[in-house]
Amino acid sequence: MNSLLLKLLDLPPQASTYAFDVDLLHYFVISTTMLGATFVFVLALWFLVRNRRRYPGELTARVVTPVPVEFLIIGGILSVFLIFWVVGASEYSHMQHPPEDAMPVYVTAKQWMWKFAYADGRSDIDVLTVPVHRPVKLVMNSRDVIHSFYVPAFRMKQDVVPGRYYTAWFEAQETGEFPIECAEYCGVSHSRMLAKVHVLSEPDYAKWLENPPTGDLAARGRDVAAKRGCLSCHTLDGQPHIGPSWAGLYDSDVKLSDGTIVKADVAYLTRSMMDPQAQIVDSYKPVMPTYRGVIDEPEVAALVELIVSLKDQPIAPSVVLPRTQPLGSAQPQEPR
Amino acid sequence: MTTLDIAVPVPTRRPADRETYLNIAWTVKSWALTTDHKRIGILYLVTTIFTLSLGGVFALVLRTEHLSPGPTIIDAYTYNRMFTMHGIVMVWLFMIPSIPTAFGNFLLPIMIGAKDVAFPRLNLLSYYIYLVGSLWVVIALWAGGCDTGWTFYSPYSDHSPSAVVPTVFGIFILGWSTIITGVNFIVTTHTMRAKGVGWFRMPLFVWTMYGVSIIQTLATPVLAISLLIVGVDHWFDWGLFDPARGGDPVLYQHLFWFYSHPAVYIMILPAMGVIIEVVCTFSHKNPASYKAIAYSTLGIAFVGFATWGHHMFVAGISTFDAASFGVLSMLVAIFSAIKVFTWVLTMRRGSVVVTTPMLYFFAFLFLFVFGGMTGVAVATQSLDVHWHDTYFIVAHFHFIMIGGTLTAWLAALHYWFPKITGRMYPERLGYVGATLVFSGFFMTFFPQFLLGNAGMPRRYYDYDPKFQPLMVISTVGSWILGAAMIWTLAYLLVALFKGARAPANPWDSRSYEWLTPSPPPKHNFFREPVFTRDPYDYTVPAEEIRA
Repeated sequence: MNSLLLKLLDLPPQASTYAFDVDLLHYFVISTTMLGATFVFVLALWFLVRNRRRYPGELTARVVTPVPVEFLIIGGILSVFLIFWVVGASEYSHMQHPPEDAMPVYVTAKQWMWKFAYADGRSDIDVLTVPVHRPVKLVMNSRDVIHSFYVPAFRMKQDVVPGRYYTAWFEAQETGEFPIECAEYCGVSHSRMLAKVHVLSEPDYAKWLENPPTGDLAARGRDVAAKRGCLSCHTLDGQPHIGPSWAGLYDSDVKLSDGTIVKADVAYLTRSMMDPQAQIVDSYKPVMPTYRGVIDEPEVAALVELIVSLKDQPIAPSVVLPRTQPLGSAQPQEPR
Repeated sequence: MTTLDIAVPVPTRRPADRETYLNIAWTVKSWALTTDHKRIGILYLVTTIFTLSLGGVFALVLRTEHLSPGPTIIDAYTYNRMFTMHGIVMVWLFMIPSIPTAFGNFLLPIMIGAKDVAFPRLNLLSYYIYLVGSLWVVIALWAGGCDTGWTFYSPYSDHSPSAVVPTVFGIFILGWSTIITGVNFIVTTHTMRAKGVGWFRMPLFVWTMYGVSIIQTLATPVLAISLLIVGVDHWFDWGLFDPARGGDPVLYQHLFWFYSHPAVYIMILPAMGVIIEVVCTFSHKNPASYKAIAYSTLGIAFVGFATWGHHMFVAGISTFDAASFGVLSMLVAIFSAIKVFTWVLTMRRGSVVVTTPMLYFFAFLFLFVFGGMTGVAVATQSLDVHWHDTYFIVAHFHFIMIGGTLTAWLAALHYWFPKITGRMYPERLGYVGATLVFSGFFMTFFPQFLLGNAGMPRRYYDYDPKFQPLMVISTVGSWILGAAMIWTLAYLLVALFKGARAPANPWDSRSYEWLTPSPPPKHNFFREPVFTRDPYDYTVPAEEIRA
C-alpha cells in the first residue's frame, strides 16, 4: 500500500526515520481533502442536473440554510482541519528538535556550493557522508545569501541564513546516495547548487573514517578554489569576471597591461598567486591580494592542476554572469 | 446535456439617441480626464488586459524554456529575471487591480444606487498613479529587469546585479493607487448607499469589495515601507535587512508576508464576490446564507492578517510560532469553506441555467476547492517542510490565482459584458473558450503537484532529466491556456462591435445593476433609485421590480 502510494504520488524513497510518518499524514490529508473536494463538486453537478431551468423566467422560493446546519458543516470541517494541525504540529516539533546524542556536522552554504565540516576536523565540498541509523545534527550557516538545505528523500528542509546558526537533524535508515538541493532562490546558479548525502553502513563508515578519500588533484583544486574565495573573481567556464577566467588559460598567450605578451605556464600561474601585482592582465584592475603564506604548497599544486585540467574543457555553469561584482567581492577578499 | 437550453434573450434595438455613458462624448480628452467611475473602470480594464498579456508572454517563455533540462531558449540569468518579472507583473499589475479596479469601479456605485464613487477625482488620480507605477515597472524591465523573485528576499536583493531599485520603486508607486482606491470604496460604501440599500441588502459583490478595501488600506503601507527599505539597502548599503551590516533578513520576511499573505485575499476575495453574483443570477436563487458570506468576508479580511507565518515554517521560526500560525491558517481556511458550501447550496432548489459565466463558475469551483484543499495541506506544518519552495507550492497558488481569480475574472468579463458594452457576446464561442481555459489550466498545473512531491524545487532553471515528461505536459498545457486566452479576447473584441444589442437585463437577474439600461446612462440611473426588494429576490417576476 505504502509503495503503491509512493509511486502514485511520485514521492521519493523514505530514507529518514520520520519520512514514513510524514508520508502517512500526507496520505491522510490528501485523501480526505480530495474526497471533500470531489464531494463538493459532485454535489454542485447534482444540483445542476436536478434543478435545471424548465422555462424562462422561472421563479424560486426563498430558502435560507438554517444556522444550526451551517454550524454543523463548519464544525465538521474545522474538526478535520484541527486533526491535520495537531498531528502536523507534533511531527514538526519532533523534526525541529535534534536528539541529544546526535552527531554534529557543520554546514556552510555559499553561492553555489555546500561545505560540510566534520567534528574530526576534515571537510568536504558537496558531499555529506553520514552513517546509517545514527542521528545527525546539522549546524548551518550561510556565507552570503539565504539558501535552503533540502533532502527530498529525508522529507527535510531548513533555510540557511547568513548571520544565524540554525540546526536541523535527520537519521538515515537506508544506505545509498540521496540528492541535496538548494530550495531558496540564491542567484544565477541556484539550480546547480546541488550536493549529495552519502549514507554508509556502519562498517563502510568506519572505513571512511580511517581513510580520508584523496580524490584526484584537480578535484581537490576545485575545493581549494572554493574555500579560498578564488571563484568570487575567476570563473571556470570561460566567462571573464573580475579576474580572467581559468578555462583555456593554461598554455595560452596572455597580454599584460604594459603590452607584453607572456605564456601562461605553470610558473606564470604560481607567480600570479604569490605576487599578483607583478603581471596585470590587460583590461583588468589590479585588485587581487597576495596569497603568499596563505595557501600552502599542496594547495598551490592542486590549483595549478585544476587550471591545467581546464585547458580544453571548461567545466560548469553555462550561465551568463552579469559584469558586475557578485556578493562578497565588493572588496577583494581577505584571504583566510 | 442541459447546457444549451438557455433563455437566449431577444436582442432589442435601442433608439440610437439614448444617452449612455459611452456615447455622451467621443473625444480622447473625455476619456483621459473623465471622473465617471464607469469610464475609469474601462481604462483599468484595458490597461490590466495589457499587463495580463505581458505577464502571460513571460509565462509562456518560461514554460517553453522547460521543454528540456539545461538551456532551451534562454540563459539562466534571463530565466531568473523573467520569472521575477512574471510574478511582479501578474501580482501587482494584474491580479491585485484586476477585479476591484475594473469591475469594482464600474459596478460598486451602480450596485448601491449611487451616481459615482465618493471621490471621483481621487479615483482618476488613482488610475494615473497605477499607470505611472506600471510604466515604471516596464521601464525597470527595460533597464534589465530584476532577478530576485517577486519576494525580494534580503540579503540577495541587497546585492543582486539587476535593476532592483527601479522595480521596487515602481511597486511602491502602485501601492498608492491601491490605497487610494481602497479608501474610496470604503467611504463610498459607507456614505453613498441609495434608499433601501441597508448593509444586509447590498449585493454581495459590494461586501467583498468592502473587505478587500480594508485589506488594501491596512496592508499596503507595510509593503510600501518594506520595499522602500529594500531599495535603500540596495542603493546606499543601509543594511537594515543585511546581516553583513547587522541587519536581519528574517525580519524582512515577516514584514513582506505581513502584507503578502493578506494580498492573497486581495486577489481572491473579489473573485469570490463575482462568483456569488454569477451563481445567484444563473440559479435564480437567493444565496443559501447571505450573512454567512458577508461575515466570512470580514473574517477573511481580519484573520488573514494573522497567518503570514505559514510562509516561514522552514525559515527558522520557533515551534510555538509555527504552531500558532498553523492553527490560525486552519481558521482562515474555514471562512473559505463556508463560502464554498454557500455557493453550492445556493443552487439547491434553484433554477439553474448554464451560460459561459456559469461554466466559469464550475471551473472556479473545481479549481478553487482543489487548490484551497492543497492550501490546507501545505498549512499542515510537517507536510509543508517537504513541499515548501517546490513545484507543489507553485501549483497550489496557481490553482488559487489562475484557477480562482483568473476564471472569476473571465466569468465577470462575460457576465457583465452586456452591461458594460451594451452588446451580447457569442455564447457558443464562450463555451469553447471556457472549456479550453479549464483544460489548458489543468494540464499545466496538475503535473506540477507531482513534480513538487518528487522534490523539484521552484525557480530552477535547470532540472533533473527524470522530470522531463511531466515538464513537457505542463508546457503544452500552458500553450493551450495561452491559445484559449487569445481565442476569448478575439471573440469578445468582435462582439464589442458586432454583437447583438443587449437589453437592460439579459440574464433575468434581480441584482441592482440590471435595473438600469445597458450600457447605463452617465449617472447610472435616470432618477434617484429606491430599492424596495433585496438584490436576490427571485420570488417575483423581474418586471415587477423597479429601481
